Amino acid sequence: MKPFFEARHLAYTYPGGSPAVRDISLAVTEASMTAVIGANGSGKSTLIRMLAGLSQPASGEILLDDIPLREWQPRLRAREIAYMPQVTTTAFPFRVLDVVLSGRTPHVPRFRLESPGDREKAFQALESTGAAHLADRCVTALSGGERQMVILARAIAQEPRLLLLDEPSNSLDLKHRAGLMRTLAKLREQRGLSVIMITHDLQLTGSLFDGIVALRCGEVAAQGRPDEVLRSELLAEIYGEPNVRAQRIGNQTLVWIDT
Amino acid sequence: MSTPTIPLIAPLRERLVWSLAVLALFLIVATAVGLAVGRQRLDVSGLISDPFTRTLFFRLRLPRVLMGLLIGASLALSGAALQALFRNPLADPYTLGVSGGGALGASVAIAMGWSARVLGIPFVFLASFAGAMLAVFLVRTIARTGAVVLPGALLLSGVVVNLVSAAAVLTIQYLLDPSGALRILRWMIGSLDVVGLEPVGRMFFLLAPAWLALLAFSRQLHLLAIDEDTAGTLGVNVARCETAVHVLCSLMVGVTVAAGGAIGFVGLIVPHAVRLLFGEDLRIVLPGSLLMGAAFLVLADALARTILPSGELPVGAITGLLGGPAFLWLLRRRQQYTVM
Repeated sequence: MKPFFEARHLAYTYPGGSPAVRDISLAVTEASMTAVIGANGSGKSTLIRMLAGLSQPASGEILLDDIPLREWQPRLRAREIAYMPQVTTTAFPFRVLDVVLSGRTPHVPRFRLESPGDREKAFQALESTGAAHLADRCVTALSGGERQMVILARAIAQEPRLLLLDEPSNSLDLKHRAGLMRTLAKLREQRGLSVIMITHDLQLTGSLFDGIVALRCGEVAAQGRPDEVLRSELLAEIYGEPNVRAQRIGNQTLVWIDT
Repeated sequence: MSTPTIPLIAPLRERLVWSLAVLALFLIVATAVGLAVGRQRLDVSGLISDPFTRTLFFRLRLPRVLMGLLIGASLALSGAALQALFRNPLADPYTLGVSGGGALGASVAIAMGWSARVLGIPFVFLASFAGAMLAVFLVRTIARTGAVVLPGALLLSGVVVNLVSAAAVLTIQYLLDPSGALRILRWMIGSLDVVGLEPVGRMFFLLAPAWLALLAFSRQLHLLAIDEDTAGTLGVNVARCETAVHVLCSLMVGVTVAAGGAIGFVGLIVPHAVRLLFGEDLRIVLPGSLLMGAAFLVLADALARTILPSGELPVGAITGLLGGPAFLWLLRRRQQYTVM
């Protein structure tokens, strides 16, 4: 299948710093799940922010349906790509349902308010992440994990084709991690959603993901199917940790540190 | 399939209609009180029969109330917008130093004796606008490190800009003759005396378009208030929105400061009152603050005119006395959920 979203030779340098991303290319097809892994500071978040359109690459290009991302109208782009940051801090006690409802914005004409249909979609998104019981709570009163599920619901309510997630499983317990992966798998099946997810949770990536992009110092160190990338010597190189072990067991890959 | 039970939050449309109706009513009552209350008692029959009463009403009382409406609405609206833009519940034209910058601009214009007009706009307005713009720019530049604006640094640099402006205003006052000094003293505390309707009309034609333009950004500001990053991925042009809010708020604060001085804390108290009553959605908070700010300042001024047995207080003293404790209360409440 032809990819609908492509990044070619991206590079990015923070003002006054060394290059965070040197040369990264990746392509995403419909209904695919891609994991981005790599050590801290390897350029994962910088990459995903560029893919989300939040920062402009110094060189290289990002194409959505063969049109450069920066030429897309922000509102139309927002119907195609949703982004969930690593942490969301909110200074005001917004209600959970209102936060999720704000994900409908790209689908609502500029000077209109959300319709009952939008409310329903927002609520369904909240249900799909298992956070419906939080609907009338204040976001400021939620735990980190609960807030993640709310922000994920907001990204789902946006009904994108591509969902960019920056370490969503970080503050989630086992149950919510499982819930997150089930939700993503269901959306892929039902809507053909594609996902690019940054994660340190290599255990998660073994079975559900179609591809893994491993970054090292702002460059792609390895790219391929999970069973190709999740190998002891490759992981040892990516993370600079010689004692990483990976073993394929059936459909799963087990990753651990040999102490 | 079972339909989901959507919880108890009423749809925005209902909340919007309900809250604006209540606030409009409040505004009407406040205006009536503002017109009725004063050193000189006025009654309707006197307005018809007595030319002295009529003059008093149309030259002094009415312009003063209208001025209160304009200034209160502008300050409260700017406060609400700045809080959303900086995601900082303690931001307001006064705490961010915008009023201070405006006052300094106006003082410089007065000290230089610039009474000229540019395209019918008094130069003092323009100088004050420029001062306000400069203050916003300074405060933001100082507080921004990399991609984030630090909330604590934002307020501290606002305080410093205010202090420096006040010192500069005092210096100018010291160098001037006493009559100029008295006029400048007015900017520092803020009051609403005005004679005749022309200045009020001039202000209205500058402020009303700015109100409308700022209200047009309600949805963008709502998304920004929730989270800056995701606002960017929801279709908000963040940079353009920031610039627009800066310019519009500086314009509104500059004009109001040039006319009434640096009246403090209106932009802090009013948006929070609207939030407490009608929820956090900026599409309610912004128009709601406009209405409630107008009502609030007119009532505060009515109090300022009547609280002393003889003479009157500047309205800035009243808002300052109310606003200081409100600020501290918000600061304490804020610590529950965000770190400075």
